Amino acid sequence: MFRRALDWVGNRAGLEGAQDFLKHKTVPVHSGTIWYYLGGVTLFLFVIQVLTGMLLLLYYRPTPTEAFESVQFIVTQVEFGWLIRSVHSWAANLMVLTALLHMFSVFFLKAYRKPRELTWLSGMALLLLTFAFGFSGYLLPWNTLAYFATKVGTDMAGAVPVVGRFLRHFLRGGEEVTGATLTRFFGFHVAVLPGLTTLLLLLHLALVQKWGISSPKRPGGSGPAMPFYPNFVLRELIGWYGALGVLGMLAALFPWELGTKADPFASAPAGIRPEWYFLAVFFTLKLIPGKVLIFNGEALGILVFGLAAVGWMLVPFWDNRSEDEKRHLALTGGGVFVIAYLAVFSALGYWR
Amino acid sequence: MAEQETTDGRRRLIRALLGSGFAASIASFLYPAVRFMVPPQVAESTVNQVSAGKADLKPNSARIFRFGAKPALLVRTATGEFRAFSAVCSHLNCTVQYDDEKRQIWCACHNGQFDLNGKVTGGPPPSPLEQYTAHVQGDEVVVIRG
Repeated sequence: MFRRALDWVGNRAGLEGAQDFLKHKTVPVHSGTIWYYLGGVTLFLFVIQVLTGMLLLLYYRPTPTEAFESVQFIVTQVEFGWLIRSVHSWAANLMVLTALLHMFSVFFLKAYRKPRELTWLSGMALLLLTFAFGFSGYLLPWNTLAYFATKVGTDMAGAVPVVGRFLRHFLRGGEEVTGATLTRFFGFHVAVLPGLTTLLLLLHLALVQKWGISSPKRPGGSGPAMPFYPNFVLRELIGWYGALGVLGMLAALFPWELGTKADPFASAPAGIRPEWYFLAVFFTLKLIPGKVLIFNGEALGILVFGLAAVGWMLVPFWDNRSEDEKRHLALTGGGVFVIAYLAVFSALGYWR
Repeated sequence: MAEQETTDGRRRLIRALLGSGFAASIASFLYPAVRFMVPPQVAESTVNQVSAGKADLKPNSARIFRFGAKPALLVRTATGEFRAFSAVCSHLNCTVQYDDEKRQIWCACHNGQFDLNGKVTGGPPPSPLEQYTAHVQGDEVVVIRG
């Protein structure tokens, strides 16, 4: 009966093409195959975010007088509210982590090289959108940490040359971080960013499909491969199930703190620090003195970070060994240096 | 041949006219949407004088008060003198606090330090805190800009 229903749908929807396609798609097998699963896990966590985000929307209210109270209501009154909110916060952090790991794996395997430059660029844009999700979502509970993080973050945007003042005004919805900022960030978080992300995600996946999965060049042609379906898909599903397990454990054992309600007329509390993925930047900004030669230290720091990020994003265009697919030790060394810097400065930012 | 060229020229003209007309219509639709996204400039509050509360602050302590739309810090020095500053750190906009142990003003966000004249004594802030004039009127502290 089920079989017949399935055949009927397949027949009407013309699924034979899809079946045929799945039969022929393969995934390369080599020592780095494990890294192929990270993009999929990031996608899975994004789906979790969409689903739990929709649930939170049932109770959340985006105004400065009600935001904190509505999240408090979710975590104390609504059944399993604490769990849904905790999953949303933890999955956000795990998603940043897996997206970063995905990016570094693509960087070190040099999978961004021709013809996959656009895949890399769309991936970088998705990573920036992930940060934008994190930054805008962080403000929504309207707690003390979020309030000051947003003040600092939007003030940093103000240090961008030429458009800085406009950008800060645009992000804040005025001169200060107020209810206008909260309304804006809410709109970005639940409408603008999901829309943009969906479009870019489709482009990213279409490009991955178009050029096939990159594999390290071997002497004597291509190496072994496994069928995409069912071999790779089932392995990927194991990864997703594992991610779900880790997520459920973290969310249940370490429920995400809500903190205290933001008070625009209170001092920033001692020991304040941003989320882990902004720690390295945070600690560096702490170290840069007010004036470096004749330059404003803060503006200089932000400029250097910005230029470094742009340089990183454009790597497919200045990797001069891209064409002949040779090793590039300097580039790999640069990547190791970036990871070491991020690790050390994040640790220092956390403990000092 | 000549006829062909004339037709091509006409086609180009028509295409340019239609194309620029279409582009202009799209721009006229987008312009209001873009302007809508930019928050309107609200006149900065021109508060120049506020009450910072009762003058019952203990020596070597401080409190935050509202100066227009921004937080400000009223410090009573160990010698009993009142001093008032903008509480917005000149580095990245956090709100500063008074450190009674070190008798200085401190920002918890990036460890900026200021003395009791608002001058930077350590950390990343590029410029001093704006200082206000504070004086006691009756049992109240009145703070004036400038």
